[in-house]
Amino acid sequence: MAWISSGVGCSHVPALGVAVDQKITNDDYYGPIFKGFEYSKKWMEQEKPDVVFLVYNDHCTAFDASCIPTFALGCAAEYQPADEGWGPRPVPVVKGNQRLSSHIAQSLILDEFDMTIMNEMEVDHGLTVPLSMMYGTPDEWPCQVIPLAVNVVQYPAPTGNRCYNLGKAIRRAIDSYDEDLKVCIFGTGGMSHQLQHERAGLINPDFDTKFLNYIANDPVTGSQMKHVEYLREAGSEGIELVMWYVMRGALNDEVTEKHRFYHVPASNTAVGHIILENHAEGKA
Amino acid sequence: MTKSEEYDDIPGTIVFDADRSRQGYHLNMFCISLREQKNRDAFKADADAYLDKFPMTAEQRQAVLDQEWNLMLELGGNIYYTSKLAAFHGINFQELAGIMTGMGSTDYRAMMLAGGRSIEGNRNKKEWEDK
Repeated sequence: MAWISSGVGCSHVPALGVAVDQKITNDDYYGPIFKGFEYSKKWMEQEKPDVVFLVYNDHCTAFDASCIPTFALGCAAEYQPADEGWGPRPVPVVKGNQRLSSHIAQSLILDEFDMTIMNEMEVDHGLTVPLSMMYGTPDEWPCQVIPLAVNVVQYPAPTGNRCYNLGKAIRRAIDSYDEDLKVCIFGTGGMSHQLQHERAGLINPDFDTKFLNYIANDPVTGSQMKHVEYLREAGSEGIELVMWYVMRGALNDEVTEKHRFYHVPASNTAVGHIILENHAEGKA
Repeated sequence: MTKSEEYDDIPGTIVFDADRSRQGYHLNMFCISLREQKNRDAFKADADAYLDKFPMTAEQRQAVLDQEWNLMLELGGNIYYTSKLAAFHGINFQELAGIMTGMGSTDYRAMMLAGGRSIEGNRNKKEWEDK
């Protein structure tokens, strides 16, 4: 059977993708950030998931204002890195797992989470930057990827509670899949940041620390946080953080925190990262 | 807006909700069209003719032509869309933030390097009025 072994929380700041693509990850500005992910790359090499289930948001790339699905599940054989206006990132094509995607889609909908099914979808920096942060620059991504795009651009994003419960439904779907596959789930976005209007540049390390503590140790309480608190305390774009609760919901109630990293700034944003492992439960 | 929302009290912040999305639809669709090179070429060749394809309000159209970035947001624009127009003009995200905040790029970048804008004094509109 398939099983979820671990979860990763990770910002997807576009500037980090630019730094990787332009090979400036060791300079004074980016060096400290990429140093925080050195452990993560080694951990990923050992963890070796067959599949990464990657929760992210599209930035008006696959979806413009004409169509705004709250939850859109990738069910394609592969996903091309998108041209976001500066040419596509020079990263490998993202390979999917159609059979597992179809199983998850069916299971989720019968579990009353009504997914939009994407049989074709380009993926933007929201998906490819976390892969770059965790895997570096391989010729091919060493895992299959199942993308889940969440609307966080137009208010309201789904609630933290809804995201947490969706994570639990994803867990049920993966647990009931008939093939031996090790799955790692990523929740991406954040941390505190505001890109717009006169309050742009807002960063709130106290909020971010509290959020990481909730994710690691008390997700049920954390998932009840209201949207207005994210908007006020973490900035208008900080509301992306609700996506981390999808990841957390798919893990055990108790997890082991293997790694945590926090840094300000990357461009306009606080960078946050966490690695959580499910306790082994009789699973080799 | 038919009713006041709690988030309307956050200073210097335009929450892109369903009302604003409706108001800004054609403005945003114009901006996102600039993701494609052929559209950037067409806009560059004849801005008026290109803008005619998008039935936005006269005020929105003027804000586009004047590069009034905050006004575009107030008229229903969203930053992920307006940033495509900024990119067309060679303005990156951090430079755009420098303009929107009125700080300029140098001061804005310095603020970010020093840890960003503090939440203290920036939670509600009253705190800004008292400044």
